[in-house]
Amino acid sequence: MSNFLQTLLIGVSSGSIYALMALALVLVWRSTRVVNFAQAGQAIISTYIGYEANFHLHNYWESVVVAVVAGAILGAAVEGLVMRPLAKRIRGTAATDIAPVIATLGVLGLIRSLAGLIWGNTFVQYPSPLSAKGYTIGKTVIQFSPQSAAIVVGTALVMLAFALLFNYTRLGLALRASSFQPEISRLAGIKVDRIRLVGWACAGAAGAVAGALVTPTSYLSPNSLDLLLVSGFVAAVIGGLDSLVGAGVGGLILGVGFAFILEYIGASLTFLSGFIILIFVLLVKPAGIMGKRGGRSA
Amino acid sequence: MSGLVIRDLTVSYGASAALDSVSFTVAPGELVAVIGANGAGKSTLLRALSGLVPVNNGIAMWNELNILDHRPENLVRAGIVHVAEGKSVIPELTVEENLDLGGIWQGRSKSIAPLKEEVLDLFPRLRERLGQSADTLSGGERQMLAIGRALICRPQLLLLDEPSLGLAPLIIEEIFAAITGLRSAHGLTVLLVEQNALSALAIADRGIIFNLGKIVATGKAAELMSDPTLRSSYLGY
Amino acid sequence: MSSSTRLLLTLAIGAALIFASSFIDELHVYYGAEIAVYLIAISSIVLLTGFSGQLSLGHGALMAIGAYSCILSYNGWHLPLVGALIVGALTTAFAGYILGFAAARLRGPYLAGATLALAVGIPSLANQFHVLGGETGLSFDVGDIPQWVTNSWFVKAGGQDYTSYKWYFLIAVSCALPTIWVLHNFLHGASGRRFKAMRSHPAAASLIGINIARSKVLAFTASSAVAGLAGGLFALVISTEPNSFTLSLSFLLVTGAVLSGISNLYGSIIGAMVLVAIPELSASVATHLGNSEKVIANLPGVITSLLLILTVLILPNGAHWKPSKS
Repeated sequence: MSNFLQTLLIGVSSGSIYALMALALVLVWRSTRVVNFAQAGQAIISTYIGYEANFHLHNYWESVVVAVVAGAILGAAVEGLVMRPLAKRIRGTAATDIAPVIATLGVLGLIRSLAGLIWGNTFVQYPSPLSAKGYTIGKTVIQFSPQSAAIVVGTALVMLAFALLFNYTRLGLALRASSFQPEISRLAGIKVDRIRLVGWACAGAAGAVAGALVTPTSYLSPNSLDLLLVSGFVAAVIGGLDSLVGAGVGGLILGVGFAFILEYIGASLTFLSGFIILIFVLLVKPAGIMGKRGGRSA
Repeated sequence: MSGLVIRDLTVSYGASAALDSVSFTVAPGELVAVIGANGAGKSTLLRALSGLVPVNNGIAMWNELNILDHRPENLVRAGIVHVAEGKSVIPELTVEENLDLGGIWQGRSKSIAPLKEEVLDLFPRLRERLGQSADTLSGGERQMLAIGRALICRPQLLLLDEPSLGLAPLIIEEIFAAITGLRSAHGLTVLLVEQNALSALAIADRGIIFNLGKIVATGKAAELMSDPTLRSSYLGY
Repeated sequence: MSSSTRLLLTLAIGAALIFASSFIDELHVYYGAEIAVYLIAISSIVLLTGFSGQLSLGHGALMAIGAYSCILSYNGWHLPLVGALIVGALTTAFAGYILGFAAARLRGPYLAGATLALAVGIPSLANQFHVLGGETGLSFDVGDIPQWVTNSWFVKAGGQDYTSYKWYFLIAVSCALPTIWVLHNFLHGASGRRFKAMRSHPAAASLIGINIARSKVLAFTASSAVAGLAGGLFALVISTEPNSFTLSLSFLLVTGAVLSGISNLYGSIIGAMVLVAIPELSASVATHLGNSEKVIANLPGVITSLLLILTVLILPNGAHWKPSKS
């Protein structure tokens, strides 16, 4: 198998993880107009919880379920305990733009430190029933394994599920309405505060799925945070923060982009290339590739 | 007593009182027009009743239920539906989605299909545009959509905030006719805030005239329309 | 307080601090040096975020640019230390100028995210290019303390050993106090008023003729210059490793700025003191919690983050505890 194709596959696999993180960010953005920088941290903690569960249950799939539930609860907790009290306090003041972002940063730092406190800064990993060894094609072993395939399939399923939720269910309609016009939604009888919790819980769950899927093939530590954080955000922005499909597209573009840069240029530039890609997209297509509404200033 | 009972209702923004110790009642099934100049406090009245603004003093009761200090979404469950001026349609959703919005709080048990049909029969233009995004609607169509969605919420007390604002006379007629029809068909109690005093009083049972946050006159709609002093001071003709 | 009074006061405080450093033990003088460095860094965020309303998560990267250009010019061109620090500040100002154009088109979360990507990207460059010293960073050896200092009366009066760290303290304080003085003038002058208008009422501000984009770029440039200066000093006093300039540093600075009351220039001293104090405080708490390596490494982060969250919840618009009317 050619190098090109192999790099492409690797890119699709890692891109799927970015897509899931981006999806989580988009979910929160759509329901509360906040970029949840703590998302990556929530994903990491959920994965650690899954790791603990696996330790006791010795079953990968059950641990994934535990991790996802933990992610949902954690997401709802951040919204209920931090973001909503903050929103009440800053209603109508000058801080409305910045204060929520800072709050999510605080939560991120807290999660990162707590994870280090509890599990230490060492790497952990837990195995999945799927092999992490690459498929053999012809005579070569490529870097795309059954686990990688699971990542791609899993991501696609999650995205499909959310697309269906948002567009074909009453809950999805409530989620969309509450994010576009919370006051009008209240006047229509929708319990906007409760819906927000659901939005955050869904986002937390999506992030947890990302963590659970990627851990068997790579090591997990509180320091994995940085790449996950930036990639998720960049992917979400590339795709357009309002668009679930965009999260997928953005994730794939970023994943494939990184894979090629890694392969043909060098490891250290991947981080910086993320920044360059981000700036390029924001300057050229401010609403992201799939974004609709006017510009980045809203 | 049942119906709407307001006593000494006061809403202040800082030092100024938008509503100054306002008292009145509305019997069940009545259509009361609330009229007055801009800034007279009419919109604030509705916002206070639907839970959008906090109230500084006073009592408001609907069918002997205290309706102050409740969240708007909970008041909808008590049958109080507010069609706010310019802010009742979600432009990012389609016409149909906007209508369906009204049914979400009711859960699966009550089907909104009959009500939806009724709205679409009443406003055929909406039926033509069901799949369209709501931001493509004209002003009049948006108002129809807003009222339609409000109906799907199963209101008992309908609070309408200047439905005629910015609309052409023919459309205003259509909408006011619809309001009258709905009121009769569903036994609604309606509080109709309007600057277009003439059209409002024409369909109302009674009228309340506001000025600077206070009530300056009340009475049967026909009487208000024919009183010359009131006409020139507050109704503009 | 008039401008000249303030200048005299600044000079007096500086002289007093430097004089006192001869008498105080090295460890506490070192803390003072750290505080001075963080003071400058935090004030750059106060300028950018508190006054012009742009949130940057990338000031750690800007400090890195300042640090590296300072070191490289010191080593490569044999500039005096002051000159190298200025080169650092100017280089970073230039970088900030370029960034400012992108920043002016972004708002809120988008700017935060873009600067986040920068914060993660820039330090990794050091590992890529050998001229930047790789993982261990460049060597920054400023040599012995100059004769004129060791022979001066205030050093001799102290009687104690005048170590390198006391010398660094002198340098840091000599940079910090003038910076604050300059920033005060800048922020209370026309530019500062424009920034404040821009932050609280952007629509009205552009209507009265404030060129928003230009103001944003100016703010970014100025903030970067200050951050670059802080970066050079950071390399001198604290560390030259690229790993010290990562996202954690950026977060730390934002935290310090929030604790300072985000739009309060003089609050920066409080923020700086808290940032330096927390690792020490948590070390003593850690001993009660078992003193394991996990705890020692992460407890400061827990405390800092909790403080950040609480501060944002309690004082989302920043605190205003200025010592004098302004």
